[in-house]
Parts: sequence; structure tokens; C-alpha cells
Amino acid sequence: MDLITILLGGLASGMVLFIVSVGLSVTMGLMGFVNLAHGGFAMLGGYVIALSMQHWGLPFGWALLLGFVAVAALSVVLERFFYSRLYRATELDQVLFTIGLVFVMTAAVTLGIGPNSQSVVLPDWLKGQTDLGFIQYRSYSLALIAAGTLLVLALWLGFERTRFGATIRAAVDSRRMASSLGVDVGRLFTVTFAIGSGLAAVGGGLGAEILGLDPNYPLRYLVYFLIVVSVGGLGRVTGVFFAALLIGVLDFVLKIYFPKGGTIFIYALTLVLLLARPQGLFGKKGG
Amino acid sequence: MAVSFTAAEQLARRHRFQWWETLPWIAALAAFFAFPNYLAFATQVLITILFALSLDLVLGYAGIVTLGHAAFFGAGAYTVGMLASHFGWTEPLSGLLAAALVAGVVGLVSGLVLLRTHGLALLMLTLCTMTLLEQAANMGAAWTGGFDGIPGLSFGKILGLFSFDVLYFRTQYLYVLTVLLICFLVVRMLVYSSFGQSLTGVRENLLRMHAVGAPVRIRLVIAYAISAALAGVAGGLFTQATGFVNLAVLGLERAAGVLIVLILGGYGRLYGAFVGAVAYMVLEHFLAKAYPTAWQLGIGVVLVLVALYARNGIPGLAETLRGKRRSAP
Repeated sequence: MDLITILLGGLASGMVLFIVSVGLSVTMGLMGFVNLAHGGFAMLGGYVIALSMQHWGLPFGWALLLGFVAVAALSVVLERFFYSRLYRATELDQVLFTIGLVFVMTAAVTLGIGPNSQSVVLPDWLKGQTDLGFIQYRSYSLALIAAGTLLVLALWLGFERTRFGATIRAAVDSRRMASSLGVDVGRLFTVTFAIGSGLAAVGGGLGAEILGLDPNYPLRYLVYFLIVVSVGGLGRVTGVFFAALLIGVLDFVLKIYFPKGGTIFIYALTLVLLLARPQGLFGKKGG
Repeated sequence: MAVSFTAAEQLARRHRFQWWETLPWIAALAAFFAFPNYLAFATQVLITILFALSLDLVLGYAGIVTLGHAAFFGAGAYTVGMLASHFGWTEPLSGLLAAALVAGVVGLVSGLVLLRTHGLALLMLTLCTMTLLEQAANMGAAWTGGFDGIPGLSFGKILGLFSFDVLYFRTQYLYVLTVLLICFLVVRMLVYSSFGQSLTGVRENLLRMHAVGAPVRIRLVIAYAISAALAGVAGGLFTQATGFVNLAVLGLERAAGVLIVLILGGYGRLYGAFVGAVAYMVLEHFLAKAYPTAWQLGIGVVLVLVALYARNGIPGLAETLRGKRRSAP
């Protein structure tokens, strides 16, 4: 395979990682909450998207929207009733709670829908190849790359150019200072949590082609999402974007050239990086 | 002579053996005679107790939250397995020592670098270290057997006297029980020593421990290494008792499993590992096979409830219900 093909494939899976993980980065940065259940929201979203297309014949775009709304709504309920009680709890309690939540989600999906993997059927216009002039490539991967790029631009604008984004940035940098200036950090968190979970849901649906979709999804990719977030730095949208692309491409390349256990390099790199910079590649020191 | 229990006297008395502390061991011996057909399973319970006990030392006493403790269990298990399959080193006791040594060194080296960090970075680093070892074991197929692991191992006689009992696990059970007792006494001595007290101090108030000039980091590293060595012994026992080793000794599933066991039993209280391992594994043994999904659902709900309401496992739940705060261990 030539370089461009590999790069495009890696970029496409990196975009999926980005769409799923970006919400995790912001919510962890805001509250310092260790949320291991984030992949669970991606899985639930993927299921909503796949099943609504299979059973109700919803078009792809509407199914994505439905996944976003449904999971965002669910996450608001969970956040208000459970997560909010654990903001001041120890890391251990947060880890336990979110692992428990993952188990419940996995078991509920297995019981309700079944242990088999689901697939998202792509609409015709995303199937096949697109001619880029210099290369023919899978339309869907190209669409993923475009969607991810648009999303990061939108999020970057939202973060840097709106009042809402400014309050999030302020709260990530110093929660106490922000709240003493009158920012309702609790409400801010509920909203960002909902958006982040909704994006994870969309990522779960969009990435079903690449990452698969079955009840074990949240545990299987837990380490990957966490690596992306901790390499990118907490609460840094662009950081997570570059980290996700880096890891997506690296993973793709390693799986082609070292099919047996090549991913070991990703873990080793993460280890070295986090030792040198515990705040991640793009994170700020302290905070 | 005035009878007054000052705080100092109470502290000095805490480490004395209480009569009820013999109960778990009597129960373990009784189980040997009462359930001769379940000894293979009971041996696994004992190994899990030892593994959870090692985790208790770092999590419950030193307050280090780790998601990668299975790294040391796996290091010990693979050490014993590889020594037996590649070097014909099948003497069990020295094999266990080797397992403890290797796991201890892994713990010491990783502790030296990892324990500089805290919070999410530490959580990630422990997870990454374990995954790294898991991938290494997967890749080094010539040594570790890769995905399939090393099956069909057999070991020499314990002390040259007792040979392993493949069918009924009688020897294994008593052997593991003895090793568990020794390790337990070591841990018990450690946590009641001044060393153990300083670990509790670090957990409760890191800033103040720094302020009084305690060598915080080096104590944490030592505790981490000792805990790793104990986990390595548990892993070594696993390989010797079952006669095989595979990738399952290293994964996130085992690390999360032992965490759940310790949490359910209550951490920072020595006997929590016993309560948790017996309760979890007995329930799992009978429920998980018949209703695996319902089992997972149940464990998930219990974890959520414990995190929200109990803070310290089944004993903690009882204390919460009685409206009593947990006193420092």
C-alpha cells in the first residue's frame, strides 16, 4: 500500500477516535471526574443509530441526530442523579461507579438486544470510491475525515469565539475562580456532559464501520479513549484532535506492518510521554 | 493503678491478635474437610484472597489507586511458567521466590517512575504498564506461548515431600493456604508497623506528611514493590496450582476483578480481602455460569451502589447503616 492510502485510512480512524473522545476530554478537564463509562455512551449511541435505521428505516443523517439527542438526554439524567453526587468523591469511588455503569450498560444491551455485533448500513452515496484526482479512495473514509475536520473547526470556534466557550475554558483552568466570578459550573458541566456524550454517540455510529459495535465495545476501547484524552491533555479540544489523529494513524500503520502486537508501541509511547508530561502533549501544567 | 486507655495505649494494643482473627483460618481448614470436591475452586479463592490482600496494601493503606495491579500477578505467573517450561525449574518454593523477586523488581522499577505522578496520569500509567506487559507476553510467543499461553505444566514435590494432586487439589489447597498465612502475617506486621502508619498518613494527608519531613515517595515506592512481590506470589501460586498460564492472568479483566473483590470486602482493613474474595467468587461460581449477563448486571448495580452510598464495601455499608463513621485502620 502506498503512503497516501495508509495515511487516509489512519486519519479516518483517528477522526472516529476524536469524535468519541472529545467530550471525555472536556468533561474530565472541567470536573476532574474519571469517567470510564464514556465509551458506554458511544456504544449506546451506536445501537440507537444502527437499530433505528434497521427497524424504522430512518435515513443515516436523521439516525445520527436521533442518537445524539437520545444519548445526550440519557446522560443529563445520569449526570443529575448520579455523577453530580460524586464530584467531590475520591477517584476510587468515581472509578468504581463508572466501571459499574459500564457493566450495567453492557449487560443491559446484551439482555435487551443480544450479544451479536450490529452494523450500520451506509447510504448509497457514502458507498464506493471517490476520485480525488490523484487517488481513488473509499468515500466513507473521506466523509469521516471531512466530518471530523468540520467538527474540530466548529468546536474550536465555539471554544475560542463564543461566551459559552470562554466560560468552559475558564472553568477548566480554574474551577474555583470561575465559580467565584459567578459562573454556574454545575450547569456548565451538565451541558458540556450532554454535548460530549451526544458526540460520543455520533462517534459510536459513525465508527461502527471501523471499530465495530457490540456489547463489549466500552471495555474494549476504554484504554484507547483514555490514551487519546491523556495524550491530548484534559479540556483541550485541539489537543485531543491531534492526539486522536496521531494515534489513529500510528495504530493503522502498526497494524499493517506489525500485525502481531504492533500496538505495543502505542502503549510504550504513551507511557514515556505521560512520564515526561503528565498533563499530556497539549495540556497546561498545573491547573 | 488507674485504668485509663489513652490514645497511645490503644494504638499500642491494636496490633495484638484478637480471638476472632483465628476464625478465617479455622473456616479455611474446615472447608478442606467439608468440601473435598470443591478444593480446586477453593484454591482459586485463596489465591484471589492473596492477590486482593496485596492490592489492599497499596490501595487501602497507601491510597494509590491503580488499574494495573494484574501486571504483577501476571509477572509472577509467567515467571513460574517460563522457568518450568524453559529451564525445567519445577521446584515450587524457589519458583515462588523467583516470582516474588521478578514481580517485586517490576513493581520497584515501575513504582520509581510511576509514583511521581498522581490522579488521572497515575491511573493511565498503571493501566499502560499492564497493557504493555500483556502485549509483550502476546508478542514473545517463543517464550510465553503467545495467545495460547503455556499449558500442561507440572511441578516437583513441595519440600521434596508432597506432590501436587492433579485430581483433587488437596495438596495445592493446603500449600496455598500456608503461603497465604505467611504472606498475611507479613502484611499484618507491615501495616501495624511505623512504616504502615506512615503509609496511612500519606493516604490521609499527603501535604502534612511532606510537612513533617516524612520520605513520602520512597515509602510509597517500597510499599508498591512489596505489594507487587505479594501479587507475584499469588500469580506464581496460580500457575503452580492450575498447571498452566495464559494471557488472562494479565488483562484489565483480572485487574478490575481484584479491585471489585477488594472494594466489596472493604479496603484498608486486612480481612476485607477475605470477605470480598469469598463472597464474590462463590456468587460468581454459582451465578455467572448459569446467568452470565445477569451476573454482570448485578455486579454493575452493586458497584454503583457501593460507590454512591457505601464508600467502603459490604462492611462499610453496614457501618453506614449503623450511622457510624469508619475509624482509621
